[in-house]
Amino acid sequence: MTAKHATPMLDELEKGPWPSFVTDVKRMAQKKEMCQDWLGLMEMSFRDKEGHWKHGGIVGVLGYGGGVIGRYCDRPDMFPKVAHFHTVRVNQPASKFYNTEVLRKLCDLWEARGSGLTNMHGSTGDIVLLGTTTDQLEPLFYELTHEMEMDLGGSGSNMRTPEACLGKSRCEWSCIDTQDIIYDITQEYQDALHRPMFPYKFKFKSSGCPCDCVAAIARSDCSIIGTWRDDVRIDQAAVRAYVGGEFVPHAGAQDAKREAFDIKAEVIDLCPTKCMEWDGKSLKIWDEDCTRCMHCIRVMPRALRPGLDTGATILVGAKAPILEGAQLSSVVIPFLKMEPPYTEFKGFVEKMWDLWMEEGKNRERLGEMIQRIGLREFLKACELTPDPRMVNTPRYNPYIFYDPAGVPGGWEHDGKAFRERHQA
Amino acid sequence: MSEEAKERVIEWVKQQKKTKHYFNDLCKALPEIKMMQAKKIINELINEGKLKYWSSGSTTMYMLPSEGDVAKEEKGMN
Ligand code: HEM
Ligand code: HEM
Ligand code: SF4
Ligand code: SF4
Repeated sequence: MTAKHATPMLDELEKGPWPSFVTDVKRMAQKKEMCQDWLGLMEMSFRDKEGHWKHGGIVGVLGYGGGVIGRYCDRPDMFPKVAHFHTVRVNQPASKFYNTEVLRKLCDLWEARGSGLTNMHGSTGDIVLLGTTTDQLEPLFYELTHEMEMDLGGSGSNMRTPEACLGKSRCEWSCIDTQDIIYDITQEYQDALHRPMFPYKFKFKSSGCPCDCVAAIARSDCSIIGTWRDDVRIDQAAVRAYVGGEFVPHAGAQDAKREAFDIKAEVIDLCPTKCMEWDGKSLKIWDEDCTRCMHCIRVMPRALRPGLDTGATILVGAKAPILEGAQLSSVVIPFLKMEPPYTEFKGFVEKMWDLWMEEGKNRERLGEMIQRIGLREFLKACELTPDPRMVNTPRYNPYIFYDPAGVPGGWEHDGKAFRERHQA
Repeated sequence: MSEEAKERVIEWVKQQKKTKHYFNDLCKALPEIKMMQAKKIINELINEGKLKYWSSGSTTMYMLPSEGDVAKEEKGMN
């Protein structure tokens, strides 16, 4: 098929050493006229420096409130094949493991029912199928669920597709089974995933250790991050082997021309809590001061390993900037064992959701609500006890407000009677 | 699930000037019912086709099936 629209500006993006999405779309345009019109529309946008997509609407599959994002072009007269170009989110398997057969089937299905263009994967974690028409949605959904046993992911005010790092499948550092946790949450909260009822989106992400490969602490309303409560395991002979140059630090993930390993400069001095000592023969870690940052373990993986009494730290409230600025999650449960069926964790989740549904304003993320009502109120509603590990910096405000319920014996204060006695 | 409660939600929606409603707006029709319970009632209304979803992609709202027209949205008229 020859090009339907001339695309001189897009063609520029094919030059240079990098792979180009323009080349990819042109390849698909050989088969799909939809992609021809997509190229024409993009060229017009580049030329005029103006977007032509609208989003939102009532399209979707029956009974589901999420998973399909309606997209329309505002110049269907010029580009009729992209008059609708709906996005479909497909729930990715935990940690994104596929075999090639599944990927081929999915691509064939999407070439038949949509534009053939995919995004593997979107920032949400989902498989993103880009561009289809309203009439294709129900048949696509049927084939996806019945033939591929895959489901739509989340969008709108619902629980979004949860996401996990590789976890125990490939990573020796994983302190929890992130894949099982994420699969369990996905199954347990199907209703929250498909039938949006929250004030806004809600995301769970789980990383097996504090390296946090899925960036759960920055990207999820509830982050489940693996940790341990016993001691960093130390193999002293292996530490000496690193120092002696026998083992390559950082598992070799560094410039080959690096200087000789300097344990003091590269490990001891970089420990954020300064809880390590090296006397030239053996390494000492004051584990009660270790924040489990993983730095020393990453530098000397053959010598140091996470402890054996493992679990997770639960944090809440991360979000990207929209209404308020960006925010990282804060610790609300310092340590939880996280063993199936995760009863204690789910108890917490449900209290948290009850509070957010009752108190949250429309389009207010959990983290923004906590900023508004205060962490103290949040902890109280979730029946959690404040803990020094939830504190980032000691307070600099000298005024402390006590809650009578929090003081042994408590007190009662009759404001009216007080004013009677202090009339001036 | 209480038919009476479902009826109240639909009546409330019909009385509003706006056509799209947030979930917690719908809950105003059911002031005595906890939100988690209200969710079940509203789910049923969706399943019965008496309410439908509208989504911006990031936020979801609810409307009567008679409101909003896919054909119009597709022609870029909405
Ligand atoms: C219940 C006992 C006390 C409390 C809660 C308390 C609290 C405070 C606080 C919060 C400040 C303000 C600090 C700042 O603005 O950075 C302050 C300042 C001060 N306190 Fe105390 N204090 C107490 C007892 C005392 C005692 C017993 C003395 C003297 C013997 C004292 C002498 C001072 C002085 C001189 C300042 C002013 C220092 C400055 O402005 O640099 N305080 N106190
Ligand atoms: C337990 C009782 C009291 C506490 C906890 C307390 C606390 C404080 C604190 C924290 C400050 C420092 C404020 C700041 O610099 O920001 C302060 C200042 C002061 N307090 Fe008190 N106070 C107490 C009782 C009293 C009493 C009974 C008096 C006088 C009758 C008094 C007179 C003053 C004065 C004159 C200052 C300095 C004000 C200034 O620097 O502008 N305080 N107090
Ligand atoms: S977050 Fe930790 S456990 Fe998960 S893949 Fe990364 S390093 Fe491994
Ligand atoms: S894990 Fe981090 S805080 Fe703990 S000892 Fe190693 S470098 Fe220090």
